[in-house]
Amino acid sequence: MQLLAFFVLSLLALVSAIVVVTHRNPVVAALALAFNLVAIAGFYFLLDAQFIALLQVIVYAGAIMVLILFVIMLLNLKQELGGRPSGIVPRVLAPVLGLVFAAILGRAFLSLRGGFPARAPGYGTVEAVGREMYTRFFYPFEVVSLLLVAAMVGAVLLAKRRL
Amino acid sequence: MAPRALLLVSAALFTLGVLGVVLRRGAITILMCIELMLNAANLAFITFARQWNQAEGQIYVFFVITLAAAEAAVGLAIVIALFRLKETTDVDEIHLLKW
Repeated sequence: MQLLAFFVLSLLALVSAIVVVTHRNPVVAALALAFNLVAIAGFYFLLDAQFIALLQVIVYAGAIMVLILFVIMLLNLKQELGGRPSGIVPRVLAPVLGLVFAAILGRAFLSLRGGFPARAPGYGTVEAVGREMYTRFFYPFEVVSLLLVAAMVGAVLLAKRRL
Repeated sequence: MAPRALLLVSAALFTLGVLGVVLRRGAITILMCIELMLNAANLAFITFARQWNQAEGQIYVFFVITLAAAEAAVGLAIVIALFRLKETTDVDEIHLLKW
């Protein structure tokens, strides 16, 4: 059952990622990305990270995708920008990066044999993650809130026509 | 379901994201491919967190999701500002900082 879910989810994630990278219409690419994010949330459920899976659906597939789709439709980008970029850098860089990541892929496949260990009690619940976040990771948590304020101010400053 | 199968999926998604960033020209498509790469990294984080039964990996993923939200907001604001200036989102056309 778990294996079947894993295969279905990886198929969905990979196919939707290919659509994101290759499709000409940005609206279709954005919807495929939302699909991909939900498939990855399914992986998180399989890996007993329920809290992060829900967060992924709410924040990523909800908020961030709505933002991207909103901008695509605001700019009225229908069918432009196909084809490869000009210049020598992408033409050389793309095959090299492809080979490098293929090597990393092979390395990842050869290491880490065997299955997952037994789940520790309480692993992945809101209680466990929240306790850790508000004790050991308290200061990083506060810094992240500062980052969000900075992003908000920056976005308004950049997109506003006249202050 | 083994950890290495999940890492394989994560690496494949990351590779697709890199290829998208290198090969595509639309600024918004490139932003979406960056989101793809962040998600691949998150999947690897969650896999290792489960492997070692530690909650830290999940907290790092929480921080990465927050960062992705900030990055999307600022990145899309830059795209809107550039579109207002140049009427395009083609990254080949955007070379204001080149001399």
